[in-house]
Amino acid sequence: MIEAEGLTKHYGTKVAVDNLSFSVRPGVVTGFLGPNGSGKSTTMRMIMGLDYPTRGQVKVNGKSFYDAHWPLREVGALLEARAIHPGRSARAHLLMLAQTSRLPKRRVDDLLELVGLSAVADQRAGRFSLGMGQRLGIAAALLGDPGVLLFDEPVNGLDPDGIRWVRHLLKGLASDGRTVFVSSHLMSEMALTADEVIIIGRGHLIEQTSIDGLLSRSSMQSVRVRSPQIDALRVALEELGATTDSEDDGSLTVRGVDEAAIGDLAGSRGIVLHELSPQTASLEEAFMELTEGSLEYRGAELSEAPLTDGTPS
Amino acid sequence: MTGTLTFAATLFVAGPERHRGHVFGGVILLVVAVVIVVLLVQRFRNRKPIAEGSPTALSHSTSQAHGNGNGNVATVTVSALTLDTPPPSGRYTLIDLARSEWTKMRTVRSTMWTIVVTVALGLGVSAIATAETRANWSTMSPSSIHSFDPISLSLIGTFIAQFAIGVLGVLVVSAEYSTGTVRAVFCAAPHRRSVLLAKILVFTVVAVVVAEFVSFASFLLGQSLLSSPAIHATLATPGALGAVVGCGLYISALGLLGLGLAMIIRHSAAAISTFVGILLILPILVQALPNSIAVDVRRFMPDRIGADMIKANGSNVFSPWVGFLILVGYVVAANVIGAILLTRRDA
Repeated sequence: MIEAEGLTKHYGTKVAVDNLSFSVRPGVVTGFLGPNGSGKSTTMRMIMGLDYPTRGQVKVNGKSFYDAHWPLREVGALLEARAIHPGRSARAHLLMLAQTSRLPKRRVDDLLELVGLSAVADQRAGRFSLGMGQRLGIAAALLGDPGVLLFDEPVNGLDPDGIRWVRHLLKGLASDGRTVFVSSHLMSEMALTADEVIIIGRGHLIEQTSIDGLLSRSSMQSVRVRSPQIDALRVALEELGATTDSEDDGSLTVRGVDEAAIGDLAGSRGIVLHELSPQTASLEEAFMELTEGSLEYRGAELSEAPLTDGTPS
Repeated sequence: MTGTLTFAATLFVAGPERHRGHVFGGVILLVVAVVIVVLLVQRFRNRKPIAEGSPTALSHSTSQAHGNGNGNVATVTVSALTLDTPPPSGRYTLIDLARSEWTKMRTVRSTMWTIVVTVALGLGVSAIATAETRANWSTMSPSSIHSFDPISLSLIGTFIAQFAIGVLGVLVVSAEYSTGTVRAVFCAAPHRRSVLLAKILVFTVVAVVVAEFVSFASFLLGQSLLSSPAIHATLATPGALGAVVGCGLYISALGLLGLGLAMIIRHSAAAISTFVGILLILPILVQALPNSIAVDVRRFMPDRIGADMIKANGSNVFSPWVGFLILVGYVVAANVIGAILLTRRDA
């Protein structure tokens, strides 16, 4: 269980996280979504006590992480993929962490085995690929078999097999009853992994909801209709209170009424339909809609005006 | 080893016109040689790319129900991660952290290299200086023979060894910041001051052992090179044991000063520059002060305190142990400031 209350972090005059309150419950995978620079990593660093909140507080299992008796047994975190001395071996890195919470030495071997790094355990970590470094970080997070786990962008740098493995691992950890909190800027990844999502933009909480709840939003649902009598249909739909958009391919995108109502309406008016297909917005679109206006680093809008060198023509 | 160093020493001082310039030339050559050897070793180490392992396939009794459309994974359960030992009573202690710090220190090469360089330079420079003096003994003036101090001459390598151990002190802290290891450590042990204390304890033990070894070995080697008719000392000579032990303590203290500076500055290059600046640049700046002030300020400088500590007798401005306490004061100050900043700044 992770509970944040009014969590705020200023870096100088820049507000990285602004009055953020949320809770992450055990037993499900909770995704932490937001565009780059929206404060996800800062929030995770505050949970782990690495950054001090300017205001507010965050509790893990009802207490501050500083009060953990055996920190690795309570909370495991993968915050930076490469928080490893390049000259130290994977085994030595895990051992020095394990020793802080008095974990048995064989625990290190078990985890190296689990993440598939046994064969390279005594190689310098500086020679690891990004994916191997990521797996070592995951092993470090799991060392103490903690009930609360934080992963900051865990699939970065992993190959498709690795991504699938992490997805599976996260779900397995959650279904064991652990609290699993995973950040990502990729909605599509979270759609496959997370049960719940906490969405932030510019340090603000935008929404905490379930993935299904996000998708079933009415504004996200539309119906595509094709008809040889499209104009008549549009007029009829607008009388019913639906909003319609004509698409370039001649179809009509209808929002505000469901496909059954459209079918009934067409039948009663004697309008022939060639297509009547409900459209579910992709999570990507839902995410874009929610974070609209809160993109920290938005690409410059492409201007219609031709680029000139400033001299009058 | 003794033979090699004596050979190297005589090599540097050979030639009809021998004067002190040869010693400094020899030191520079020695430093360059060590650097070249280190670089060559790094360069020719096996750099074959390493094979990627693959993670153990995971499966879980309930995870199939989540059905993400690619569920053909073999049957190792997540329970493979379950830790079967219950947590010990109490909470993590300084001893757990010290064990971890020791693991960190012994598992990076920079520790071994800086220790090798500390020992090699400390012993090597002392050997060169004493061998050169012995070679020139017959041409020395009666007045310089009268003021000759065989003890401090044999410990002269200290002034090179202090830089190597200072680098070690800086690196045990700054390398953790530059690599991000420190964040992993604080996630495992959020009490930062305890982590720092454990680091200081472990480093102190290592530094004292290495520094006292260099100090005693330099003294014994130097005195054996200063064979008759040159004046030489033994550990039984009045003041000799104190100077030798003091020399080791001085080197250790400078290592801890490096550690404290790195806690404050956190960047390797900046911390090493500051450390070198305090020992080399600051004395020069102080000499630019009016003479009346300069003398008073100068005697508080670490290098001057060290120069007094390695003498058995003579013109000490502070008695060796008072000087050492002042030095300890600097070390404590740097580390206390470092500890305060450690808990104030984001990691």
